[in-house]
Amino acid sequence: MLVSANGKEIIRVEDLHKSFGSLHVLKGVTEHISKGEVVSVIGPSGGGKSTFLRCLNLLEVPNSGHIYFNDVDITAKNVDINIHRQKMGMVFQHFNVFNNLTVGKNITLAPVLLKKKTQAEADEMCKELLNRVGLLDKIDQFPKKLSGGQKQRLAIVRALAMEPEVMLFDEPTSALDPEMVGEVLFVIKDLVKSGMTTVIVTHEMGFAKEISDRVFFMDGGIIAEKGTPDEVFNHPQNPRTKEFLSKVLY
Amino acid sequence: MEFLRVMAQVWSKYSHLFLHGLWMTVYMGLLTVAISTVTGSILALLRRCTFKPLQWLVTAYVEIIRGTPILLQLYFFYFMLPGWLPFLELSEFACVLVACCVNSTAYVCEIVRAGIQAVDNGQTEAARSLGLNSTQTMIHIVIPQAVKNILPALCNEFIAIVKETSLASTFFIGELMTQFKTINGITYRVLEPLTIVGIIYFLLTFILSKLIALLERRLNASER
Repeated sequence: MLVSANGKEIIRVEDLHKSFGSLHVLKGVTEHISKGEVVSVIGPSGGGKSTFLRCLNLLEVPNSGHIYFNDVDITAKNVDINIHRQKMGMVFQHFNVFNNLTVGKNITLAPVLLKKKTQAEADEMCKELLNRVGLLDKIDQFPKKLSGGQKQRLAIVRALAMEPEVMLFDEPTSALDPEMVGEVLFVIKDLVKSGMTTVIVTHEMGFAKEISDRVFFMDGGIIAEKGTPDEVFNHPQNPRTKEFLSKVLY
Repeated sequence: MEFLRVMAQVWSKYSHLFLHGLWMTVYMGLLTVAISTVTGSILALLRRCTFKPLQWLVTAYVEIIRGTPILLQLYFFYFMLPGWLPFLELSEFACVLVACCVNSTAYVCEIVRAGIQAVDNGQTEAARSLGLNSTQTMIHIVIPQAVKNILPALCNEFIAIVKETSLASTFFIGELMTQFKTINGITYRVLEPLTIVGIIYFLLTFILSKLIALLERRLNASER
């Protein structure tokens, strides 16, 4: 699995700091992610995992530090972030599917609006994507009718419709009923197998262990430990990692 | 019995005045809401823009209008406007209409703002993360969802305006309450014409609120 990690660097983060008011959430994160690499971010709540992920496409604007995406500093003043976001798919904990649009429109809106595809091309791709996640029969329905698992699968293919170079997952299964976690993880696993560069913040330790090339353990606003799944899960060095894992891997 | 008899008499003799008053009331209410929906929405969007002084200006406007009685605003525009804009030769009706619009704009601004705020921020984040800019996000995602929050409240504002136009009778502009004064002046009766006017107001607002309830159900039924 580590072969891919030798690929070209796609995201580089340098000394990232982020505060919300007086709360210092990210305290200097420096890291890089290679093309094709699958990185899981684990750690206790409030450790900065989600903030770190949301900084990567500037949903949170860092207070200081730099983020390079394909060697472009997207934190620079004159950068049009909308262009770069088209290449970074994001999946949220609470799905955030567009409630005012049908399942099909959820997928085709952005590619058509941003002139990546004609409506006909987008419709074609939409069917293909929905078929892939078993939602083709829902194409004309509104999201209100979907279950949590279906919404999240829709959210994933909505992001894929922009043909991103990297996918960011922010606790994609945390808001799901237990019996729906599997179907979403299955889709993500499928995606990872296809070679998609992936950063996933998750509490699903077994899943992280299985799919990741590398695992970051974040605590106190820094990456406290990182390494292969075997290194982090089976031979953790940092006492905080040991303590955290002893609590979640019972 | 005497009361009902007189009421019937007043109605049969002056029904055209009452109906004219009803028409003027509805006409003014509709005009006011139509105009202030546009102006209020513009103000609500201005309030969201990043240029701070503009935000403060809109906020000050909304607070001042909401913090003073509408009757005072009516007097203010009725007496000041013709002097400020003499070349327009504004009618009394126009002055009152301006006052109502200025008043209603502030409330509509708040309705629109609340309607937009009520749309889950996750919807915006999802749209932005796909690469849509803030304008595209507003047009395709936020506003369509906000309209569902805004429409019922806007209709309620219309009902409120219908009732508030009664204050404009101070200036005899021909709406329902003015008609009461006219008929009262002719017949020297108070209770009967007042009751008729009351019934008309009640029926009007009652029917409107039932229609709104229907509209709300319809809005919720879509997307299901």
